Amino acid sequence: MSRFLDVTHAVAWRTIHNFVSNPAFFFPSVIFPLFFFTAFAGGLSSVGDVPGFDFPAGYTAFQFVFVLMQASAFGGVFTGFGIASDFEKGFARRLLLGAPNRLGILAGYALAALARAAMVSTLLFAVALATGMQVIGGGVDLFGLVALAALVNLTATFFAAGVAFRTRTIQAGPVMQMPMFIVLFLAPVYVPLDLVSGWVGAVAQLNPFTALLEGGRDLISGQDFPALAAYGIAVGLALAFSTWAVRGLRRAEAAG
Amino acid sequence: MSVSLLAQIGQMARRSILQTLRQPAMVVPPILFPLVLMAINVGGLEAATSLPGFPSDSYLDFAIAVPFVQGALFAAINAGSALARDVETGFIKRLAMTPMQRTALLLGHLGGVLVVALASACIYTAAGFAAGMDFEAGVAGVPVLLALAMVIALAFAGIGAYIGLRSGSGEAVQGFFPLLFVLLFLSSMSLPRPLIEQDWFRLIATYNPVSYLLEGVRSIVITGWDAEALALGFGFASVIALIAVTGSAAALRTRLVRT
Repeated sequence: MSRFLDVTHAVAWRTIHNFVSNPAFFFPSVIFPLFFFTAFAGGLSSVGDVPGFDFPAGYTAFQFVFVLMQASAFGGVFTGFGIASDFEKGFARRLLLGAPNRLGILAGYALAALARAAMVSTLLFAVALATGMQVIGGGVDLFGLVALAALVNLTATFFAAGVAFRTRTIQAGPVMQMPMFIVLFLAPVYVPLDLVSGWVGAVAQLNPFTALLEGGRDLISGQDFPALAAYGIAVGLALAFSTWAVRGLRRAEAAG
Repeated sequence: MSVSLLAQIGQMARRSILQTLRQPAMVVPPILFPLVLMAINVGGLEAATSLPGFPSDSYLDFAIAVPFVQGALFAAINAGSALARDVETGFIKRLAMTPMQRTALLLGHLGGVLVVALASACIYTAAGFAAGMDFEAGVAGVPVLLALAMVIALAFAGIGAYIGLRSGSGEAVQGFFPLLFVLLFLSSMSLPRPLIEQDWFRLIATYNPVSYLLEGVRSIVITGWDAEALALGFGFASVIALIAVTGSAAALRTRLVRT
């Protein structure tokens, strides 16, 4: 167990250090969620006046939850980029050779992705509250929202790590990024699910991310929250993709 | 034997087109990504058409303008990356030792990018009609729409070429893509300017030339023939194109002096 924790700690520390000390990694991760929040909450606020749109906390809070989930998910995807880049540079192969417990490598990357998402989310919360976002939910609700975002981050990290371990090249970046982008945007991004029309509405009904997004919105607005469904889906996805990532790690080991 | 300028431009344009077509990653995303984003936004924001003052009954008619400008952003990246690669690989250095004119190199590159942009614009138009777009300007509006799309593509390709030649780095050109994307998002891309509630956002969108490019394209679809919107659209696109191409020519001159 101590070997696992040692490897986890070392990989997480290195990844977080790289993220914080390299402006090319740090600033885009921070600026993009803020930009999306500005563009969606600012530019589309009149969408909150559409007949049938009755979100109690207002359009800013409605969009905040999406941007928080998006930032969490992309924190995981960018960690996948880092893993692929480590393979290209040969560092990951040396890590596989040197680590006494290789599952610790995956856990370290996942821990770093969580830390990364936590930093971005904190800044996002601060900016949103400073610009007048209304929060109706209480402390427990907000904790629930953060926990949901953390599960989204873990799921995305495990998905991207699985791709990175299998392909071991940064050229697989679009394979990590595009499915995530499509899943995120084929959910009720701009309006509640009832108001999403056409094929996007039909797909959004089936998209598991919809339950997480709507759950997060229920939490921030203090509405009844279907906890079992939302957390059940979130934990289920995280577990499923952790299996995908572990299998990827085994393939990377086998590839040498 | 001297080869005419036109023939030189033709050769460079042919090279640029072939370079692009041989890399599916440079063709597929610029066409597919704007259409996918539009399709998603049309489903997600159809409800916005019920806002009082929204200019059309269908969000598709409103949103179809976005792929034309977004496709032009991709044209900027393609043009910039191609020129940066020529700098990185030393192709420009070798070309400088031949009698080829500088103008041919730049115009050829831009010409090649414009051919791809024209194909993209035709696909966006066809996709719009296939999805049920209500095209108010009629048949005569189609060539005007394509002409405006071309001027917009030239404007952004010029910016891309300038960045590519100044930096000489494909990575730097890629790094500018998010910045151009920000310009698109901080415009009247998702809602008409009068319906943007936040004053500060409406102000940015009003000063952002991308809003007028979008509104020019949009006017052909929604209004039919709106002289002011068209004049602003063509005007802004032409001015940006002129500045960007002039800047690129100067950057090329500097780059060749350096070599």
